Amino acid sequence: MSLRISRRSLLRAGSAAGASLLLSGCDGVLESPAMRSALDFGQLVSLRVQRLLLSEQPLAREFAVKDISPQFPLNGTAMPSGFPYFQMMISQFASWRLTVDGLVRRPLSLSLDEIKALPARTQITLHSCDEGWSAIGQWTGVQLSHLLQACEPMPNVRYIVFHCLDELERTPDRSGLYYESLDLFDAFHPQTILAYGMNGGPLPVAHGAPLRLRVERQIGYKNAKYVTRIEAVETLDHVGRGKGGFWEDRGYQWYAGL
Amino acid sequence: MAMSEPSPVARAGASPKREVIYRHALVVRATHWINVVCLTLLLMSGLQIFNYHPALYWGNYGYRGVPSVFSIGAERDPTSGEPVGVTRIAGLSLVTTGVLGVSHDPERGMVARAFPAWLTWPGEGGLGLARDWHFLMAWLLVANGGVYLLFGAFSGHFRRDLAPAADQLRVRHILADVWDHVRLRVPRGEAARRYNVLQKLAYLTVVFLLLPVMVLSGLTMSPAVTAALPGLFDLFGGRQSARTIHFLVADLLVLFVLVHVVEVLLAGAVNQMRSMITGRFVIRPRVGP
Repeated sequence: MSLRISRRSLLRAGSAAGASLLLSGCDGVLESPAMRSALDFGQLVSLRVQRLLLSEQPLAREFAVKDISPQFPLNGTAMPSGFPYFQMMISQFASWRLTVDGLVRRPLSLSLDEIKALPARTQITLHSCDEGWSAIGQWTGVQLSHLLQACEPMPNVRYIVFHCLDELERTPDRSGLYYESLDLFDAFHPQTILAYGMNGGPLPVAHGAPLRLRVERQIGYKNAKYVTRIEAVETLDHVGRGKGGFWEDRGYQWYAGL
Repeated sequence: MAMSEPSPVARAGASPKREVIYRHALVVRATHWINVVCLTLLLMSGLQIFNYHPALYWGNYGYRGVPSVFSIGAERDPTSGEPVGVTRIAGLSLVTTGVLGVSHDPERGMVARAFPAWLTWPGEGGLGLARDWHFLMAWLLVANGGVYLLFGAFSGHFRRDLAPAADQLRVRHILADVWDHVRLRVPRGEAARRYNVLQKLAYLTVVFLLLPVMVLSGLTMSPAVTAALPGLFDLFGGRQSARTIHFLVADLLVLFVLVHVVEVLLAGAVNQMRSMITGRFVIRPRVGP
């Protein structure tokens, strides 16, 4: 009998909590730190479960040339603004260089031709945008693992940051420059490449010329365009606003495997 | 027919007084209400995600310019210049201003958005936050569903309560049950002790078909999951097909919930709600024809 009463009082307490939740309004719930940590917990579960699924490092499905979609939509920047990029573009990126630095024993500085001379990988993959659309494209580039091995990262490196030339949001402190980051699990994956070719031709400006990241097991915004500098770091705290990417700094998930 | 049925008096004679039975186990009740929260927020956050690309396709790729099987958009009326909500289903165009395509927003008045603000969650905060909510609730749904499936299998709940009894599977019985539903007639007396056959089939379909398809088609949209399980692409016919099926099955679940709520109201909202909260369900004697 006492059990029943306590259960009943529990229900009463529960409905009271529910009512107060409704009364305090959706904004209160949304902005409460408890709700935020619950959402973060969900992100962590997704990361852990997907990493378990991917522990054998399988490749994302690769498609045939006939499967390539007629168009490939572009999101974000269509062409970086400013004279320096324009100048590089008209000289076909002859003066452009990729820097690889940060916590590495051998920093690198490579021209586009030097990158093209490295072993290439071509893959036809499905690009999935978090908005819901998807397209199939062919990408040719150098495996990121190749560059990482060449620069000899220090043992405390945990993340690889990709700094880009395009400013997606104009801010006085230039915190609107696009950037992205991967942990080593995805950075060393065979399909994680820095692409300079698309659908059999050179990488178009709208898709990130001269060099963009392809990370095939994550959502579109992780695939940074206009990559100019690769930095090996131990923590993401000091890059951008500290969340590991342009969109991450604006409330999006750092791990975007889903 | 009338001759073979026992008289109302005789039928009531078996249980002349109201009887209280323990209908729903605690696990069933708890998982039911957790499901209510999960499915509501999954639907609403799902609609908010959908609003960022309100079109559905078939195959692996799909984007603006590719023919869609379903889309919601906003257009401008050429004569009045007013925004018009247009919903397209397989070549059919419907004006849906006010609900789909163009709707009222409490802060900004009439705005172009696929699903209206009152159907989406978490409102402001954009796509990233909607995805956070959707995936958190998806994990909760999967965990909750796992508890329910284990309980259902080991407690005998599926066998005892959901599997149709032999007599319920006779064609005549099923047709009679369909006819009862058409007439909005709900079981009373002894017949209310168990679920009717259409009810059982509806629950089985939701538990063992619709919700698993929902989870699998959702996972097919994840590039990490399809890297590990590429067979999902083949199962659903591509990522965009999976997205379309995800949307379609969500609609079927909404339809199920609507019918479910109507049936609860018809069968006695107080009794039904009490049984799903405390477990106790009142069997009333069947009186009258």
